[in-house]
Amino acid sequence: MTASKGTPLVEMRDISISFGGIKAVDHVSIDLYPGEVVGLLGHNGAGKSTLIKCLSGAYQKDAGEIYINGARAEINNPRDARHYNIETIYQTLALADNLDAASNLFLGRELVTAAGFVDDARMEAETRKIMARLNPNFRKFNVPVSALSGGQRQSVAIARAVYFNAKILIMDEPTAALGPQETQMVAELIQELKRQGLGIFLIEHDIHAVMDLCDRAVVMKNGQRVGTVNVGEVTDDDILGMIIMGKKPAAAY
Amino acid sequence: MSKSPQTSPATAPLAGATEGNPVKRFLAATEIDTRLLGMLGALALIWIGFHLYGAIVNGNGAFLTPRNLWNLSVQTSSIAIMATGMVLVIITRNIDLSVGSIIGVTGMMMGILQVDVLPQILGLGHWSIWIITCVVGIALGALIGAFHGWLIAFRGIPSFIVTLGGLMVWRGMAFIANGGKTISPVDSTFALLGGGPGGNVGAMGSWIVGLLACAGVVWLLVNGRKQRRKHDFPLRPMWAEVTLGAIGCGAIIGSVLLMNAYPLPKGILRQMGLPEDAFVSHGFAIPVLIMIAVGIGMTILMTRTRFGRYVFAIGGNPEAAALAGINTRWMTLKIFALMGALTGIAAVIASARLNSATNALGTLDELYVIAAAVIGGTSLAGGVGTIYGAILGALVMQSLQSGMVLIGFDAAIQRIVVGLVLVLAVYLDNLYNAKTK
Repeated sequence: MTASKGTPLVEMRDISISFGGIKAVDHVSIDLYPGEVVGLLGHNGAGKSTLIKCLSGAYQKDAGEIYINGARAEINNPRDARHYNIETIYQTLALADNLDAASNLFLGRELVTAAGFVDDARMEAETRKIMARLNPNFRKFNVPVSALSGGQRQSVAIARAVYFNAKILIMDEPTAALGPQETQMVAELIQELKRQGLGIFLIEHDIHAVMDLCDRAVVMKNGQRVGTVNVGEVTDDDILGMIIMGKKPAAAY
Repeated sequence: MSKSPQTSPATAPLAGATEGNPVKRFLAATEIDTRLLGMLGALALIWIGFHLYGAIVNGNGAFLTPRNLWNLSVQTSSIAIMATGMVLVIITRNIDLSVGSIIGVTGMMMGILQVDVLPQILGLGHWSIWIITCVVGIALGALIGAFHGWLIAFRGIPSFIVTLGGLMVWRGMAFIANGGKTISPVDSTFALLGGGPGGNVGAMGSWIVGLLACAGVVWLLVNGRKQRRKHDFPLRPMWAEVTLGAIGCGAIIGSVLLMNAYPLPKGILRQMGLPEDAFVSHGFAIPVLIMIAVGIGMTILMTRTRFGRYVFAIGGNPEAAALAGINTRWMTLKIFALMGALTGIAAVIASARLNSATNALGTLDELYVIAAAVIGGTSLAGGVGTIYGAILGALVMQSLQSGMVLIGFDAAIQRIVVGLVLVLAVYLDNLYNAKTK
């Protein structure tokens, strides 16, 4: 276990958010330590994506507090989240299909020349560099990302999160659209980022992936937290029971 | 770390530059937009078609003459300037139906300002009247646009509805402002901005503009090559660079020669105290120079600034743009304000050209502006469009319009043709997109 000591990287306390009277997230608290991968599990509609979007700035929480490195953080929009080095890979990837890879990678944070114009050449060069590391087969730098395959699009979204020195990484089903080889690549990337000391929230449906990649797992159901487990102390079936029936095993807290 | 996938620049030609038939190789090496070629081809077809029709049926081919092409350039300016703004509006999945009416109301306010108000304060014919008038007119257009943008972005009313309302409201305002009366003539310096008598820069001025433009083309090519080399990107072959430079400079010099081939008419020469048989060139008209300046400015805005990048991003995926930290509401407001400011500039040209302000100024312009942007390749689905395309689209629209007048088609036929061409152009664009995907 790497966790449970020192100051948590992220602490979300008592977060609530509701849409039109329906409580999507109901007083949920979670935390994340440096070098740790925390899985978020639950049915569709359990509230995991909604909870995490409060951290990435896409939604604004109704109640609760967020602490980054022990200090109270105000996150009201995606720009605030980036300010705290929180990067998100969304399930939808959130790419502008009509722009090329470099424009997407730097969207909202364009490199500019001394005169204040966007420096497309430098952005493309930087994109080529990071892609050489993440996905050496990537060649399509000058076409809109709509012309890329699912895996290539995914690597653009991942490159965007990794490039800007994230300390906290949120991955919302990063392998949902990928083939086996690309899934393996993402798994290796997660391990490498972990070694570099990033904290990662991983939203996943695949329990095997969670057992492989995560240190801890938080299970949610109907907007509430069922419990948190150290992945090494429970079985697949324990977690399945938490997801389906909301049954808390002895090892959970 | 895996090894770099890049090959060295000296040995890496552009993809496709060494395979296929000569035409394909040429297009790949020069990186010319084939869509642009298609538009230029269509334009050539229209021009030659009207000229031949006139020559054969009416016994007088009047289209491909310096006089007609000079007039065409002036007539295109006001629509083209607005079309460059409409590109941004349509790229972000909005529409602006109110531009014709904004021309009406800003034109009328500028008329009142320069004829009734400013001469009272500054004295008739004061040198600053035209400047104050233009600034106020453009600012008023921007303000109206910003108000529309605010209703759309911050109050959630669809742009179609806001600007449809604006279409009626501002036309009504234009009428009320001066009780429906026409104001004429306008300030004499202001009138030059419309390209009327004296509103042109002459042969020498045109050569200066043309040579500056050629220098600009060469600089763009040289600088582009330098940037590519610096970052190890594939280079265009040298012959392709030279060909591009020659085409660009050739087109510029050709248009200078054309504009200089149209002499001032006898009446003007007499007013200037010159002999009636003297040959004094028109050269570029002032509104055309304004249009070129706006076109260059808008192209830089769209391709070289963050603002332009965000416009495209919002059009491609509004949600992704917001998640990337772009304030999409502010962007919408700014885009409509810019559209309004450009409409203000168009109003200056339109009312200066008429040498008067009427409450009907700009009627139906919104349709021509939208048609110009769409013919120029702006996609109503959002995310796609170019400034040069919109300007060419405006030129196509205006060529049809004035060509049909020249060969004597009546107004009803003109509308039918323009309507059909709009639909056909978008259909051809669909076919082109399906084929190139």
